[in-house]
Parts: sequence; C-alpha cells; structure tokens
Amino acid sequence: MIAVFIETRDGKIKKGSLEALAEAKRRAAELRVGTAAVLAGGAGLRTAGLEACGPDKIFCLEHPALAEYSSQGYAKALCDFVRETGPTALFFAATAMGKDLAPRVAAGLGAAMASDCTKVAVKNGTLEFTRPVYAGKAYLSLSLRSTPAVATLRPNVFPLAADEAAGVAEVVKKSADIPDGLIKGRVAEVLKEESAELDVTEADVVISGGRGLKGPENFALLRELAALVPRSAVGASRSAVDSGWIGHQHQVGQTGKTVSPNLYLAVGISGAIQHLAGMSSSKVIAAVNKDPEAPIFRVADYGVVGDLFEVIPRLKEELKKILAE
Amino acid sequence: MNILVFVKRVPDTESRIRIRHETNSIIEDGLNFAASPYDDFAVEEALRLKEAKGGTVRVVCVGRDEALPVLRKCLAMGADEAFLVKDETPETYDGLRTARIIAKAVETKFAGADLLLFGKQAVGTDNSQVPSMVAELLGLPQANVVTKLEIDGNAATALREIEGATEKVAFCLPAVVSAQKGLNEPRYETLKGIMAAKKKEIPVIKIEDLGLAAGDLESRVAITGLDMPPERKAGRILQGDPAETARELAAFLHSEAKVI
Repeated sequence: MIAVFIETRDGKIKKGSLEALAEAKRRAAELRVGTAAVLAGGAGLRTAGLEACGPDKIFCLEHPALAEYSSQGYAKALCDFVRETGPTALFFAATAMGKDLAPRVAAGLGAAMASDCTKVAVKNGTLEFTRPVYAGKAYLSLSLRSTPAVATLRPNVFPLAADEAAGVAEVVKKSADIPDGLIKGRVAEVLKEESAELDVTEADVVISGGRGLKGPENFALLRELAALVPRSAVGASRSAVDSGWIGHQHQVGQTGKTVSPNLYLAVGISGAIQHLAGMSSSKVIAAVNKDPEAPIFRVADYGVVGDLFEVIPRLKEELKKILAE
Repeated sequence: MNILVFVKRVPDTESRIRIRHETNSIIEDGLNFAASPYDDFAVEEALRLKEAKGGTVRVVCVGRDEALPVLRKCLAMGADEAFLVKDETPETYDGLRTARIIAKAVETKFAGADLLLFGKQAVGTDNSQVPSMVAELLGLPQANVVTKLEIDGNAATALREIEGATEKVAFCLPAVVSAQKGLNEPRYETLKGIMAAKKKEIPVIKIEDLGLAAGDLESRVAITGLDMPPERKAGRILQGDPAETARELAAFLHSEAKVI
C-alpha cells in the first residue's frame, strides 16, 4: 500500500496532497498495491472530495490533541499508523507542513526520505524518486533502502487524477495515542497576511520583477498584471528583495523559493544562475528585458527585448482584451 | 543560554554545477565553498541571543577537514567554540544519516544545550530534513523556516512561513529551530574577530568515537543518477515596437502556450 498524508487547512484539503494521492495511485497500479489517504486532526475529520480521488481506504487519525497542528503529535500519530498498517511508501506534499512533518515521521520510523520530488517511477519493482538538487542545477535520482519509502512531492508538478469512476473508499476512523506531555510545541496562531495573496509556490502564474523595475513602487505594475490573471502571484529576484523593494517571501531562486508554475513571466530580471535555479522547471517561461544578452533569454520560451515600462502596460491592455473574451 | 549551531559547507550559490557521471557526484574543482547561506542566519541569531541573555555559542560541522574555514568564519563572527565532527564520507544525500550523527554528538559531547539552531536547508542537497529529524531523535519540539524567534525563560515563540500566511509556533526549550532568510541580517566578521579566530583551536571529533551503531553510518539512499536539468529549447526573441511585441507576447501566452 502507498499511503498519502492529506493536509487540510481551514478544513480544506490542500491541492498538493491531492496531486500526491494521484501520483500514488499511478505508481501503486504499477506496483499492484493499494492506496490509502491519511488525515489527522481533532474529532470529525471531513473527507469530502477525497472519495473522488479514488484511494482504496481513507484513514482518519483523531485525537483532541491533534486539533491544531504540532509536529510531535502528528508525527506520533503517523508513525503509529505506519507501524500498524505497514505501507511500502508514505507520501506527503512538499508544502510548509509536509516539509516540517515528513522528516520527523521518517526519523521516527528509522526511514530515509526523498525531499521535494518532481518525478516518481517504478524501477525493478521499487520506487525511484527524482528530485532537484543544488536548487535545480542538477537532478538526483535515488531509491530508498529503508521501509517505508518516505517522500515529499513538489506541488504543482504532478497532474491530478483524471475524472474516473472511482469506487467509494472505505473510511476507517482510528483514535490516535497521544500521551500527555508528548507535545512540547504547537501552532498557537495563524497570522493571515492582509492581502491573503497566493504563495508563489502555489500559483499557476508567477509574475516576477527584478532590478529592472528600478524601485519598490514599480512592483505595482506587476501587481496590476497579477490582479488580471487568475491564480497568479508576484515574485521577485534576490536583488529586488535584498534592496528591500519587496518581502523575501516573494523571492524566487536558490535562497528563495523554487517554483514550477504553468507560466513564469520574468520582468526586468537578468537571470543570475541562482535565480534560474529557482524557476527553470516552470512549464512556460516568458521574459521582458532591455538587455538582449541577458541570460534569462537563454531559458525563455518567449522573450521580448524592450523597455519594461513600455511593454508591461501594453501587455496588461492586451491581456485584458483576451481575458474579457 | 547554551546554544549549538550546526553548519554545513556547500558550494556557493553562484556556482555552476558540473557532474562526474562515473561517481554520480558533482565536480568540486573550481567551486567556491562557504557555509550554507541559511546557516549564516542561524549563527547570527545565536550570537544575538547570547548578547541579550548571556551564555555560550558553539558551532558544529559534520564534514571533512575542508570545512574548517567555514567553522573559522563562525568563530570570527563571534562564536565561542567550534567543533568538526569528522566524516570523510562523500555526500550521501541521506539526511537521516547526518541527523543520527548530530543527535549522537549532542547526547555524548554537547549535553545540556538549550537551543539547537540550523539553517532551514543546506543549499545543495536541499533536503530540509536534518533539523526535524534531529528533533525527533532527541524528542525535542521544533520550529522550522523561522523568520522571528522570541525566547523568555524556557518558553519560546517563533514565526514561521507557510503558504500565504505566517504561523506562530509556541514551544518550550530545549528545542530545534531552523532559520529562514529574514530572521536577521548576518554580521560581517571584524578584523579583530578574524585574528582571534586564527588563534583558536578547532577540536576534531572522530565520527567513530561517537558510539554510533555501524548501521547508522550506512547510507540508506541509493543514488541511481545525477544529471543536468533537461535543456530548454531555444525560444523566440522579439525586438521592436513595444505595442507590437506586447501584442505578440499576449497572443503567444494565450493561443500558443495556452497559459493565459
């Protein structure tokens, strides 16, 4: 069985978890094993929407102490679950929670793990994981010699399951064993950012700005563009962040975030190697830059050599027309 | 406060990576190495905590002798002591192996630490595994990807980045914290610090002396390939009238790439 941890935020299932479940189903079919979706929380976990994704079983690990996320509580519940049910592999989405939790679970089980995988394959009857290393300057393929194989899967990379007539999964509720005093740290509060913007790692379209924007105020140009495009977010190069023009949570590159959106639009970004590392796995890359020699044009599918202050406002008008249709 | 900081020597972020396919490893000749950039935030945070609350800052690196300059830089920044846990094994990409070495070193050589600070990931392996794994092996709470840390006695709160929001984690010490960019602005070494660091001895702890089980030092990661990223096909580059190029770009994104 391949088990997939299903992350919920505000009662909603994370898209990355569904992508991981879809990939687990594809690989499990090759391995001729089943799949399980695993949720953890307080009482009354909602599994709505999961059945359509077709896991063979849905496990709900419940305990009042799991009502808020804690790495220790969730890791204990998941380790016990794995010891009891013995899955061959355990997948997580490589989200903030997945990255926090998966290694803790792996260590609890004495299992090695593969982080932030962008490809999973079956080779000689075992799972082979491929993942970017050196922020995408190279790709490492590996298999794990310990059981279960623990892996986090990068969001926005694996396709969701195509609509198919999925059977009704069996839902198994289990009460987790969380001893008093086990949990020495927990999430006390989630502070929403005012604009509640989409994170660059979750966006389908990332519109990023660099030094060419010349100042913080000109990020407004990109924000206006992003406001037009559904599921888009504004990103930035390291130099824009280091100049204090925009917060570092927007930074794309080796010391920022690694993104793989459907479209990455680089505006006034020359394309330093540490920036390219963070976005070169994007499905389509477009760039607007003054300098025809800028390295960004070597990875761009579509490049416009020109003054961004002339091109971007016109691009906005063109996209408005297209989106209005 | 008794603070331990763990650092790793990695190729700097401007490095162009080349691969030796026979060994599935990167070619180190010609690369510049430094502490992983997130480790600098961890060291800085430790120094600030020490300045505010007193105590000691000890920096530990698992690696080869080549990592000594990285430790020396931490001493020059102001760390009290630095230790090399000598591990001659080439990169295994196995975070659990490293975590076991660190957890054992903490238990046997550095008992009594209040805070274990790490960078949120070592750039290179990009695993983001070791801090959480060490926390689990030692039974400590954790806060990862931290942009703000406040400590009051044995109680701590940390802000950590999650998708589109910030999470406030409350935990008690001893604990594991991993640093994200934004936590602070790392200081430069002073000339005085550099001179003082030169005189300090960096004790070397042999990995065999930690008392790890033989199996704990084996890598459980079987590397089956290390490759360059797939080359992207040459794209179309347009020059000329901004109105024209903007129209063509929009048309490309909509009709051809179908991303808008």
